[in-house]
Amino acid sequence: MNLAVRCQDLVKTYDTGGQKVTALNGINLEIEAGELMMLVGPSGCGKTTLISVMAGILDQDDGSCEVFGENLLNMRSRDKLNFRARNIGFVFQAYNLLPSLNAAENVSVPLIINGMKRVEAERKAISVLEHVGLGERWQSLPSQLSGGQQQRVAIARALVHSPRLIVCDEPTSALDHETGHNVMTLLKDVALHKDRTLVIVTHDARIFDFADRIAEMDDGHIIKVKDTK
Amino acid sequence: MNHIALKMLMGDKSKYIGIVMGLTFASLIMTQQPAIFLGLMTRTYSFISDVGLPDIWVMDSKVQFVDDIKPLQDTELYRVRGISGVEWAMPMYKGLLKARLTDGRFQTCNVVGLDDATLIGGPPVMLEGKIEDLRRSDSVIVDIDGARDKLGKPSPIPGGKRIPLKVGDSLELNDHRAIVVGIAKVSRTFQSQPVVYTTYSRAKSYAPRERKLLSFILVKAKKGQNLAELTRRIREATGLAAYTQEEFKTLTYEYFMHNTGIPINFGTSVLLGFIVGAAIAGQTFYNFTLGNLLQFGVLKAMGTSNWILLRMILLQAVLVGSIGYGLGVGLTALFGHAMRHSILAFRFPWQLLIFSGAGVSLICVFAAMISIVKVIRLEPAIVFKG
Repeated sequence: MNLAVRCQDLVKTYDTGGQKVTALNGINLEIEAGELMMLVGPSGCGKTTLISVMAGILDQDDGSCEVFGENLLNMRSRDKLNFRARNIGFVFQAYNLLPSLNAAENVSVPLIINGMKRVEAERKAISVLEHVGLGERWQSLPSQLSGGQQQRVAIARALVHSPRLIVCDEPTSALDHETGHNVMTLLKDVALHKDRTLVIVTHDARIFDFADRIAEMDDGHIIKVKDTK
Repeated sequence: MNHIALKMLMGDKSKYIGIVMGLTFASLIMTQQPAIFLGLMTRTYSFISDVGLPDIWVMDSKVQFVDDIKPLQDTELYRVRGISGVEWAMPMYKGLLKARLTDGRFQTCNVVGLDDATLIGGPPVMLEGKIEDLRRSDSVIVDIDGARDKLGKPSPIPGGKRIPLKVGDSLELNDHRAIVVGIAKVSRTFQSQPVVYTTYSRAKSYAPRERKLLSFILVKAKKGQNLAELTRRIREATGLAAYTQEEFKTLTYEYFMHNTGIPINFGTSVLLGFIVGAAIAGQTFYNFTLGNLLQFGVLKAMGTSNWILLRMILLQAVLVGSIGYGLGVGLTALFGHAMRHSILAFRFPWQLLIFSGAGVSLICVFAAMISIVKVIRLEPAIVFKG
């Protein structure tokens, strides 16, 4: 078994105005490479905290989280940045595209962060935009695109630097049913392959069918992992 | 990432323009107000600059500035001439006298009396006539600004422009006839009174009767003389004050600096310009960064280091700073150019560019710093907070 993510006894607590809130309370989870894992559960159950820890943008208080065999907590901050830049792709609920950059420029950002020259990065970004069906719209600003198109640009941005793990936070919740379905089809067809893992946080039941496994969370725990294959 | 930083900055046009406008305003105030201040201060000693030939000015020891006339006895001139190292020493009268114009009005004039024989201390540029024409009887030379304005004749059309005084016209100085034989260009003085040149002896006849009328003794040092040494000898031998030209300018300049509210007034304007500019630019730049915090968070999550984000913010600050500074300085230069023929005092030396540049840089550093602190402290996990 080729593991992409291994979380053991993960604990994360937030201090909210003097009150401790435990977001992750002893999470144990393994995700295989090439797998599409969905994290589902009610609001505040710790889904987003868990993918933040997996993506290396949040440190846990206790336990370990290995991503492709690397323990992120032990990494020096520069190494963690480089690890994130090379290995992690992000898709957000609100797309989070830079509004003053056109589609190609937005998609090229991860490549530029990884040190590629701008012209070359934009050329590659356009080719990835063609893969997601937006080759003709590479010059459009986010404000000139529909919600579904913006999410496709965000997917292209998450894919362009060939990361091994893509974390998606509610990628369809801002979209109507048909567009959400199209976005998930695209994610599964274009983003997922044997070396790349997708972890999707959602409570959009309409897309559960796309998952290989679904981990149900509640109150900082994983209460059930369901195999849907 | 520089390209992304610039696109982020210019993408939000209203904030971008707001920051640039704030910096332009600050730069304009910090350049234009000191330029007017320097122009005014230069005018305080412009008369000394115009009288270029002498090395040393000798005067009563109580004189505080160039217009603070405390007359000497004529015999002092001969004592100065007798001091070793003095090539020549010439008398100069300087005083405010009332001129009666052809239309019956009175106008206070700055009357300068030059040595009858040599005419040393005369106007720097003659526009009409020659300085030697002062040797003709009752002759005076007036400055062009005075001739055009305060000494001009009233227009025959009510409300019309004054008719400039010209060569051949006459005026009355203390009941004495004075014929204009020349028009000169002189630097504007602090008081902006018309300047009337005549000979020393004629100036004494124009002036009210007083025992002492000699205002200054203009001294030329012999070749190779140490001026500091010569001024010391003059002071010791006569008990009078003796200053080199630069020392006399400094004395005058410092008098105005310490005894008038001018530096405080202009200093307050400059400080206000700096504070308002810093507040506008700092606040707008900070708001711009706050508005883009999520975008910085996305970049951070995707692997951009704090150092690169810091460089991006600095680049944005440098760009808006340079544009604002350029516009402010450009507007000041245009202002100075537009006002070059007016009465407004304006002096724009290169040092002023450094001064306002430093001020604008300080504002940009301040604006960038408060934004940088916010971005560096930013948790990249913010990207998942809707």
